Amino acid sequence: MSNGIKVKKGLDLRLEGAVADPLHVSVKPVAVVAVTPDDFQGIVPKPDVREGDDVLAGQPLFHDKRFTQIKFVSPAAGKVKAVVRGERRKILRIEVEVAGEKTLTHSTEKVLTDATAAKQLLLESGLWGMMTQRPYAIVPNPEAEIRDIFVTGFDSAPLAENRTEFTDSERRSMQAAVKLLGLLTKGKVYVSRRDTQDFPELAGAETIVVDGPHPAGNCGTLIAALKPVNKGETVLCLDLPTLIRIGATATTGVLPTETVVALTGSEVIEPKLVRTLMGASIADLLKGEVKTDGCHHRIISGNVLTGVATPPDGYLHFPYTQVTVIPEGDDVDEFMGWASVSPSKMSTSPSFPGHFLGKKLFRPDARLQGGRRAMIMSGEYDRVMPMDILPEYLIKAILARDIDRMEQLGIYEVAPEDFALAEYSDTSKLELQKIVREGLDYLRKELE
Amino acid sequence: MDKARPAFEPGGKLHAFRSVYDGFDTFLFTPNETSRSGVHIHDSIDSKRTMIIVIAALLPCLLFGMYNTGYQHWIACGESEFPFWSLLLYGFLAVLPRIVVSYVVGLGIEFTVAQWRKEEIQEGFLVTGILIPMICPIETPLWMIAVATAFSVIFVKEVFGGTGYNIFNVALVTRAFLFFAYPAKMSGDSVFVSLNSMLGVGGEVADGFTGATPLGQIATSGATSAQELASSLTTLTNEPLSTWDMFLGLIPGSFGETSTLCILIGAAILLFTRIASWRIILSVFAGGAVMALIANWCATPTYPASFLSVGDQLCLGGFAFAAVFMAPDPVTSCRTNTGKYIYGFLVGVVAILIRTYNNGYPEGAMLAVLLMNALAPLIDYCVVEANVRRRLRRTKA
Repeated sequence: MSNGIKVKKGLDLRLEGAVADPLHVSVKPVAVVAVTPDDFQGIVPKPDVREGDDVLAGQPLFHDKRFTQIKFVSPAAGKVKAVVRGERRKILRIEVEVAGEKTLTHSTEKVLTDATAAKQLLLESGLWGMMTQRPYAIVPNPEAEIRDIFVTGFDSAPLAENRTEFTDSERRSMQAAVKLLGLLTKGKVYVSRRDTQDFPELAGAETIVVDGPHPAGNCGTLIAALKPVNKGETVLCLDLPTLIRIGATATTGVLPTETVVALTGSEVIEPKLVRTLMGASIADLLKGEVKTDGCHHRIISGNVLTGVATPPDGYLHFPYTQVTVIPEGDDVDEFMGWASVSPSKMSTSPSFPGHFLGKKLFRPDARLQGGRRAMIMSGEYDRVMPMDILPEYLIKAILARDIDRMEQLGIYEVAPEDFALAEYSDTSKLELQKIVREGLDYLRKELE
Repeated sequence: MDKARPAFEPGGKLHAFRSVYDGFDTFLFTPNETSRSGVHIHDSIDSKRTMIIVIAALLPCLLFGMYNTGYQHWIACGESEFPFWSLLLYGFLAVLPRIVVSYVVGLGIEFTVAQWRKEEIQEGFLVTGILIPMICPIETPLWMIAVATAFSVIFVKEVFGGTGYNIFNVALVTRAFLFFAYPAKMSGDSVFVSLNSMLGVGGEVADGFTGATPLGQIATSGATSAQELASSLTTLTNEPLSTWDMFLGLIPGSFGETSTLCILIGAAILLFTRIASWRIILSVFAGGAVMALIANWCATPTYPASFLSVGDQLCLGGFAFAAVFMAPDPVTSCRTNTGKYIYGFLVGVVAILIRTYNNGYPEGAMLAVLLMNALAPLIDYCVVEANVRRRLRRTKA
């Protein structure tokens, strides 16, 4: 069965540096990989390995303190190089030196027929941590009853690459994964896709064709359009790479730790797709790929809206699908930028000529482009949020730490990423995603 | 600028003026601050550009106001020739001190408060400062403007936390303060036309000259029919006043609000750049038109203004100016889209209602916007509650 959603509110940012040839994937070998606990919201990491230990690919590196069954695993076989800790001995990341190809194999007995075995496989293989739940936008609580499962079959974020063709084994994996996920919920499994993607018929899932600009590919948009989350309900979100990994693990017993990463952005010499390992070191990944034009660079693991700023000696962050490099902009002296009529200024405001240059691509830097202010303009957030949410009021309720009001205004339905476009277009330059994340964390602390 | 920075840092000689330095630095150079959390790129629009565009939209009204001030003065002097540049120069000289006073007082307070609170200077007053002279009669004494500006910047804006937190439109409270504190100086027949020569430009007007605004004339006309009303409406040269005159705006009135044409040019700029909400502007005019129709339909001699046609009602007085530059102020109007329609419509209705059915106040636009500023949170509350109820119903279903 196939349904359609048309997203009207939203924005596709026109950026330089899209992947030119999506069919060609080059291979990038990496020497070191790392897993960063902060990529997985809502968990407290407890290490399972020490420096110098030998690990297999797929062997747990750390687990959650509260739900110890949630494991996070090594993307490669080798030796634990370092357990890097920060303030109060918080684990920042666990680095593994890649050596050999020994992998951990899980039992796949009954995983496609028995819910307990299915959940056990996801938890043990590290795939559970690659999903998120609403409310709170965190790693799912394994004890919660799951109302529905939403799979986003495409990424609509700026410069993200999407699969349009799938191999036979990938098609089989997707089908197996849908079957496995169906065991975990009494509700439905929804899978979103673009019209252009050659998706297989997935028995047991409802496929939704989504049309329109970003955030069409966000899970929040899908949920809002189909079946919003109410208080007390829990739904699961996952993306297409995770779906395929679940299927592959369920059929072979081995977690595929390879990932295809899009190297994008205006500062990448030749934007392209590369095959590497999850958590690959950025230095290995970007060797010889970044322009040497003298300006400061910002390396983002992820896209420009929700990605993580990563130092040149850092590591690829979850969801391990994209790296964007843009100019930092802290070395630019711009005279009276607010008065500029330059067509190279990127904006949603018709007061900039660039707004009207339909197909022109922009090369924005990481500057705020103005001072932080109180919320002045009204209706800006609504233009880019295709949800039945009053974003300004929800943000104010969060800032006021008013739990009742947050619940009434639908905080259970949102994740920080749903506010990313609003944060981009905000005249007052408020840190909306940070505000929402703090609000969600506060709510969880108070209510659990 | 970067060389001078150390002197303004804490411990530097001039650090008492840090906010002023920051203000100028960010005005001249786009800040280099890059994002630390959340999105990595930001839209190029910022509040400085937003405010400057509003000022640009006000320029046609400002220039026309200068010309009109000169024009009315020339008429009052009994001249029959109207040299363009002299008129403009006269108007410029008449309004300049008022703009300077309003900016000096307002920005002075803003700078002081910003320094005291250790915050960046905010741009909000750039617009307010130019609005104040534009909505006051040209003969308002400078000290009154100073007192009223200080009052409203401190008690309407800063005590609430500054730009973005105020409940009432700062410029309009300045006007209301003047109106209620010095009623004799703010209404009547002799304040809307500039009477003295400016640095040798213009002449002296004879004592006993009266130059009432059209709405002032209507209030005192005692007309009992539409024809009588039309004949009682005259320009300063005692010629009958047509709707076209009212639209162009060569009539006595507060400095910037007489020309509906120039206001519409400003409206076009604001709507094109999406800075003002079309929902509000449209519904203010709709509300005004509906109320004017009703008033005209049951016109009565008790209230002479009820004989005015819809077009006249919308062109006269401060209605159009309030609809375009006052009502859509994003901070003091409704924030929800549904709320904006209701808010705008009620501003229009109340403005015409006060103007027509209250003999005490010949103009109602100012009071209408202030009243609706007070009611805007209530309207928003109802719209937000509707969203909340929708969510609750979903749980039950």
